[in-house]
Amino acid sequence: MMLLKLFWSFFQIGLFSIGGGYAAMPIIQHQVVEINGWLSMIEFGDVVTISQMTPGPIAINSATFVGTRIAGLPGAIMATIGCVTPSIIIVLTLAYIYYKYRNLSVMQGVLTGLRPAVVAMIASAGLSIIVLAFWNSNPISFASTDWISVVLFAASLLILHKFKADPVWVMSGAGLIGCLAYMVL
Amino acid sequence: MEKDKKFYWKLFSSTFSLSAFTFGGGFVIIPLMRKKFVEELNWIDEQEMLDLTAIAQSSPGAIAVNASILIGYRLDGFRGALITVLGTVLPPLIILSVISLFYTAFRDSLIVGYVLRGMQAGVAAVITDVVLTMTLDILKEHRLQPVIILIAAFIAAAILNVNVILIILICGVIGALNVLLTKRSKGGVQHDAA
Repeated sequence: MMLLKLFWSFFQIGLFSIGGGYAAMPIIQHQVVEINGWLSMIEFGDVVTISQMTPGPIAINSATFVGTRIAGLPGAIMATIGCVTPSIIIVLTLAYIYYKYRNLSVMQGVLTGLRPAVVAMIASAGLSIIVLAFWNSNPISFASTDWISVVLFAASLLILHKFKADPVWVMSGAGLIGCLAYMVL
Repeated sequence: MEKDKKFYWKLFSSTFSLSAFTFGGGFVIIPLMRKKFVEELNWIDEQEMLDLTAIAQSSPGAIAVNASILIGYRLDGFRGALITVLGTVLPPLIILSVISLFYTAFRDSLIVGYVLRGMQAGVAAVITDVVLTMTLDILKEHRLQPVIILIAAFIAAAILNVNVILIILICGVIGALNVLLTKRSKGGVQHDAA
């Protein structure tokens, strides 16, 4: 029963994460944290961070992480299968349609409508990660602000935006410098 | 192209190694796949790879998974798609299984905790950078509708806590109606002129 629930939850995640990568984040958060309570918001933040450190798409990483914690290896496999099943069905159908009607205007219209919505979803998920990084699930106030995190965030953003640095290096650097700063201060 | 054991092994090992070395997911895997299947193996031509990329990007799900399904399907039908999807999901499945087993020890270590907290600020910056770039791209179009959709969807998701799936469905319908109504009004103009 739990396996079916995992399959169905990650099937929905696979089905509705349009735009790939970060776009999957709010949908995973919704299913895993809000609806099913399989992870706390802090654990979800860790999954996002671990996903950035390890290879593979965030949706597959979350499926494996949540699946293993809820039902061991069978859970991980079931959640992963759930996650890729909609892709297999839709991508193959779309490939067929694409070769038949390459310039389908309604299809392009749907995608045009989705793009700004996807940006908004990513922004919304980004906001909850920022809140988590700055206040670590404490009530938001000036006194409870983690200033090391704020400085790391600002420096990382500057380096990313100005120098187009590789995100993997920026995140590793933030981790290393953050670790030193938390130990010393 | 002969489809013997060697072909299937090559197909599986190629997608497996590409997936194992693509950090952070997303679009990064597309240029790597192009290099492997177009330049190195000559299994797919340049133009077709571009078509497949477009389909992978506009379908739901992880781009790496979608692109590997398309490449497998193109090379050996449904069986090929199953082989490439297996090659793509196995590396993250193995790595995350191991990490989640040691997660408690991993999480309770003070040093790991500090590194994760530092990295969280970095991840937040990466996501903010992605959002900034995408928002600027939308603003550059100088069209009002996408900006309104962006702001409305953000308010709905971040402040009103509306179900994200509902937001995506509504925006998709708005996009489709847009095209259909534009077509009809063009038809109407012609009718009036006549």
